[in-house]
Amino acid sequence: MKQKIRIGSGAAWWGDRVEPAVLNADKGDLDYLCFETMAEATVSAAQVRARRDPGFPGYDTYLDDRMKGVLPGCLKRGTKIISNQGWINPNAAAERIAYWLRQYGAKGWTVAAVSGSLITERALELTDTILENGKATSTLRDSMVSAEAYMGAEPIVEALKNGATIVVTGRVADPSIFMAPMMYEFGWDPLDHVRVGAGNGIGHLLECGAQVTGGYFSDPGFKDVPEPWNLAFPIAEVEPDGSAVITKVAGTGGAVNLQTVKEQMLYEVHDPANYLTPDVVVDFTTSRLEQVGPDRVRVTGISGKPRTPTLKASIGCGEGYIGEDMFFYAGPGALRRAQLAKKILEERFRMVGLKAEEVRIDFLGVNAIHGAMSPTDRPEPYEVAVRVAARTKTREEALKVGREVDGMAVSGIAATGKRVPFQERVREVIGVWSSLIPREHVVPEIKYFEV
Amino acid sequence: MKVLLQHVAHTRSGDKGDTSNVSVIAFEPEFYPLLKEQLTAERFKEFYAGVVKGKVRRYEVDGLHALNFVAEGALGGGVSRSLCLDNYGKSLSAAVLGFVIDVPDELSQKLRGKAYLYSK
Repeated sequence: MKQKIRIGSGAAWWGDRVEPAVLNADKGDLDYLCFETMAEATVSAAQVRARRDPGFPGYDTYLDDRMKGVLPGCLKRGTKIISNQGWINPNAAAERIAYWLRQYGAKGWTVAAVSGSLITERALELTDTILENGKATSTLRDSMVSAEAYMGAEPIVEALKNGATIVVTGRVADPSIFMAPMMYEFGWDPLDHVRVGAGNGIGHLLECGAQVTGGYFSDPGFKDVPEPWNLAFPIAEVEPDGSAVITKVAGTGGAVNLQTVKEQMLYEVHDPANYLTPDVVVDFTTSRLEQVGPDRVRVTGISGKPRTPTLKASIGCGEGYIGEDMFFYAGPGALRRAQLAKKILEERFRMVGLKAEEVRIDFLGVNAIHGAMSPTDRPEPYEVAVRVAARTKTREEALKVGREVDGMAVSGIAATGKRVPFQERVREVIGVWSSLIPREHVVPEIKYFEV
Repeated sequence: MKVLLQHVAHTRSGDKGDTSNVSVIAFEPEFYPLLKEQLTAERFKEFYAGVVKGKVRRYEVDGLHALNFVAEGALGGGVSRSLCLDNYGKSLSAAVLGFVIDVPDELSQKLRGKAYLYSK
């Protein structure tokens, strides 16, 4: 058994930068490179797109860019890849990765596709209550677009045991993607909640990429990091008990310190003593952090409790549309003009009979971000943007927002600035609801593609 | 002395549905008891009045010198339904940096960002 493995991050979300992944592949000396590319609504959005666009293959739209970037380095070093870029079509993603492997002259590599997370057809019979509001999931019958269960690390471990060198999945819980290599290499029992808890905790530190290496962190004068334009993605040097050192490739910008690690440890966590994942319940409150070198933080003591009998299911629902646009004012009196513009829009929405569930007209630079809690005693801003948004049941109603903003061009008030060219001003709302599903009803399927 | 929280702690927010969590982490161990005492769940909710519509729970993580606030009904009905320009609430963590906190004078040397310090 290896006494230490090096696991690096290749992506923290779909839109993440590719260059730091390439750096990790080339210079990270990694045993595993792991990609997290899915947001909560990714699967539902992909289902909607697949219905409209038969040419959409159903996997990460940046799959080619990412694989072209990292495969040369991974092939040279023998770095295995774990990735959830499969979205709604892991098999097609695996075939595409196999294609790129052949282009780079790989021999003896095996790509495994892990499916089975999609449960749309069975979702309403297997789930009971919506966690957010206590209603029955059957109330979502007419609006449901897609449903998925969050799988854990076990199917990835199985694929690795069967010789896979690259594993591409549909929905797997984010920390599990990064924990799977630990479980496989160190032979952890899936029910060993102490080690699996520690490993999932480390996975949680890695899953958001640069958020632990100085990204989403810099605050001039308070939290300064060197060269924030040159951030690296993290690397964990993990030991068989689930302890790890979090670090990054030398010579890059950013920082790995106690502050970056603490912020990431609590990111998107509710009860820090009970962080639920498919594999285990993580307890972060027992963790100990120590700066053991420049950009090296040793993390020990993260613990765990036995996993729950259920998995989380996400149910994506079509919930109408949002129409939005923006226009702006500057110079003396900018805020007064913006306030009059708001009044004009409100009257015109009434005149055209806008049917909306909610309308919001804010002043960017004053109250568009923090809303009602924004201070009202500040000096007048030099520039103000009027930002208007409405949520509607139909696309036709949502389009009215942009039409009335268009009207502000010549039928508005003095010195109204507009955005050119026009951007997409209506988007579909996919609401995501959560429920629980007994874990035995989610059966992973694994398909292998040899290169 | 009264100072803004930004001199005492750093913060980060995360989203899950309509719930936002905001971690508040002491820059120095000596600051942590001040946070615990002064930044209660009730005062957090008052501070975010108009934005946080639901209940606020506070978790204490002594080992990290951190508080974790979990605020329900903070994201306009949920990330995808929200009409807020910052629908993920990524910037919500910055608001509480403006919370006024009382710090004993003898700890003033340890305050962060002294160049931006002004008396309140």
